[in-house]
Amino acid sequence: MPIKTAPDFSWIKPDPHGIFVGPCNAWIDPSKPVETALVTHGHADHARGGHGAVFATRETLAIMNLRYGGAGREVTVSMREPVELGCGVTATYFPAGHVLGSAQILLEHAGERVIVTGDYKRRPDPTCEPFEVVPCDIFITEATFGLPVFKHPPIVGEMQKLLDARAQRPEGCVAVGAYALGKAQRVICELRRAGYHEPIYLHGALEKMCALYEELGVPLGELRSATGIKKEELKGQIVLCPPSALNDRWSRRLPDPVTAMASGWMRVRQRARQRNVELPLVISDHCDWDELTQTIRDVDPAETWVTHGREEALLRWCQLNQRRARALAMVGYEDEDD
Amino acid sequence: MRAFANLVDRLTYTRSRNAKLDLIADYLRTTPDPDRGWALAALTGALDFPAVKSSTIRTLLTERVDPVLYALSRDYVGDTAETASLLWPAPEGASPVDEPMLEPSLAEVVDLLRAMTRSSVMKELPGLLDRLDANGRYALLKFATGAMRIGVSARLARVAFAQAFDVPVDEVEEYWHGVEPPYPTLFAWAADCAEPPRTDLVPLFRPFMLAHPLEETVVSMDDYAAEWKWDGIRVQLVHVNGETRVYSRSGDDISATFPELAEALDFPVVLDGELLVRGAHQGGEEGGAASFNALQQRLGRKTVSKKMLREAPAFIRLYDVLIRDGEDLRGLGWAERREHLELLMDRLNPERFDLSRLIEAKSFEDLAAIREGARDDAIEGVMLKRRDSPYIAGRKVGLWYKWKRDPLLIDCVLMYAQRGSGKRSSFYSDFTFGCWDGDPDEGADLLPVGKAYFGFTDDELKWLDRHVRQNTVNRFGPVRETDKSLVLEVAFDSVHESKRHKSGLAMRFPRINRIRQDKPAHEADRIEALKALVRD
Repeated sequence: MPIKTAPDFSWIKPDPHGIFVGPCNAWIDPSKPVETALVTHGHADHARGGHGAVFATRETLAIMNLRYGGAGREVTVSMREPVELGCGVTATYFPAGHVLGSAQILLEHAGERVIVTGDYKRRPDPTCEPFEVVPCDIFITEATFGLPVFKHPPIVGEMQKLLDARAQRPEGCVAVGAYALGKAQRVICELRRAGYHEPIYLHGALEKMCALYEELGVPLGELRSATGIKKEELKGQIVLCPPSALNDRWSRRLPDPVTAMASGWMRVRQRARQRNVELPLVISDHCDWDELTQTIRDVDPAETWVTHGREEALLRWCQLNQRRARALAMVGYEDEDD
Repeated sequence: MRAFANLVDRLTYTRSRNAKLDLIADYLRTTPDPDRGWALAALTGALDFPAVKSSTIRTLLTERVDPVLYALSRDYVGDTAETASLLWPAPEGASPVDEPMLEPSLAEVVDLLRAMTRSSVMKELPGLLDRLDANGRYALLKFATGAMRIGVSARLARVAFAQAFDVPVDEVEEYWHGVEPPYPTLFAWAADCAEPPRTDLVPLFRPFMLAHPLEETVVSMDDYAAEWKWDGIRVQLVHVNGETRVYSRSGDDISATFPELAEALDFPVVLDGELLVRGAHQGGEEGGAASFNALQQRLGRKTVSKKMLREAPAFIRLYDVLIRDGEDLRGLGWAERREHLELLMDRLNPERFDLSRLIEAKSFEDLAAIREGARDDAIEGVMLKRRDSPYIAGRKVGLWYKWKRDPLLIDCVLMYAQRGSGKRSSFYSDFTFGCWDGDPDEGADLLPVGKAYFGFTDDELKWLDRHVRQNTVNRFGPVRETDKSLVLEVAFDSVHESKRHKSGLAMRFPRINRIRQDKPAHEADRIEALKALVRD
């Protein structure tokens, strides 16, 4: 396969604090407060407070408002509709399939096309629009699960494990650690799809986000607060909480819980054991190895830049497959809880 | 294989002992022969497939996966078998997930693994891995390389076996070393009420007789004999049919670790005693034993170097005789067995055996005074044995007592805390504490001297948990550093020099004795105070 010649792309500059778009003085997912921020999705490591103006999808802005109460000047961007940023730079948002409202951002300038994916996945997710393959010259990707050991199994099997654990424990409950934005709602939707229509109990930190998802048109079925109710009522139930609450004092209110965690990291036994997880559920909102490499093949860019994660292995794969690639040492993007 | 792989998987994530027992017992009840027998062998570490090595797996992988990607993955996962199970490329055509019929049984896996040689393994192991899913591959590779590491000891597996079929665990222990995987006679006996396995031709382990703590009990020296409780490891030496085995307290065969003992017997006998290493430390010149620290250097080794045998030779200080020349003496009283034991001494090599000396005490008060006077580090305390007690497996009240020496105490400052596991996973219950390395008023620092996670009551634990949360000054991952304001009185059995710790000291059996809220941190003990208690 011939390698396309890469132009200079000096208008786009990776900085440890985000991708900087020089001509229009805008940043993508900056980790420090800036004048103009283009935000891919609402996770805290990508969407921070304190910016002058924020360009994001309607859902992402709503999520940021819930989290930070006001995101500065808000510019709502619709999927697939180009936005002029000035000085000849256009941004177009395309679905990234990561969480509700998540987008990849296509930047165009002087006939050159660059895509910043933010975080993304290729698996179907009932809570958000699926990832779209958009051709580009430079593909700036994440590599959270960028090691060939990461292969996320079909979610149906993981849901069955969860339902089996619940059925085996009528006198106890299953406490599922799930990231408050995205993962929790996806697990709820997938439980409903698996035919589970009992009330699902929520840790206080998940309640508002679930309510927002419903408001934005993602039905979640009957949800109840796990706060301030009797231990007795939680017997035989599924309770969702942020991963950090699993081993904390909060969990003392639960009747004999099985500790489950919904995360791509659960693929590796020691990671699950370190977190005292008894029921690992391998559910991720990121690409696994095969999906990352398949996406690079699908998009087929002249160059691939890797923002964060296990970039060494992905660079190695690019090298083995005669693809140009480089790692950007970005700081502050962490997906410990995915 | 699938049921076994599931069992391994679930055991990996299960922390509570009871839950582990339930899982294993359930598996043993519901799995047919001979698979369950092979599983029991795997859990008790009784299998060895010399053709399959960690390096074999690595070579197989790097033939199939880019070596750099393999190395990066191995680095991240931290375990060769797990990395291989996850990286193994799916075979062309039907996958085992879709076609469970293709999956081999555990027995078939064992047969195939046994038939592999160093030269055939590279050709044959891949075919087997192709027939399994990632969980199956993990279980297989762990099983084949003999490193299950799922927190199940051989003893726990045998307790689970006893639980599964509701048979006494002492009987399981007694038959255990006379049966071979996949243990058809053992399962027939336990599950189908068949005759027990034959035991007369093999050097079997006999469950130990154990002692209760004396606590407040007072006994009469007319009824009880007293001897020192030596600080080594309790062992049983069995010679039958020309073969000698050394068994540890848990019934593990440690003969290979102590070949000099296995060579030292040449007549049929079962002896009970304390395994010690020669030295001048315990019991002075007369006792001739080194500290527990010296013994520890020799534990857990599969092979022993000549140098080690020369520098730290082992011997046994005998407490009891169970069987002699084929005659079972366990039904006799202790005093009679003691006579038999004394008579035996002439037939034993004095380099390898001596007799545990009795303490001549006229009265209980006399004994208390003698015990108080013995500050020798070799001595853990005093044993009291009823003169007419038969040798009965387990702990039967009133027959044997252990009267441990009072623990050593030191005041330390709480430095770090970590959450526990299982029931304690939400409590800060693992405590690291330190002593001052000089005068705290002149800027001395605290040096960690030990770690303890028991000794406190449930209420004290709640209090400590709250103290840690309210006085955290720093976090390092799961570890909290506290403001070092709390003094803990730590009890321990002894303290030794150790290169592994920054303080150069290691405590044995430390536990939190009291919370000293009344004591300011700068009044806690200094390292010198702890060093003065070293008796190496």
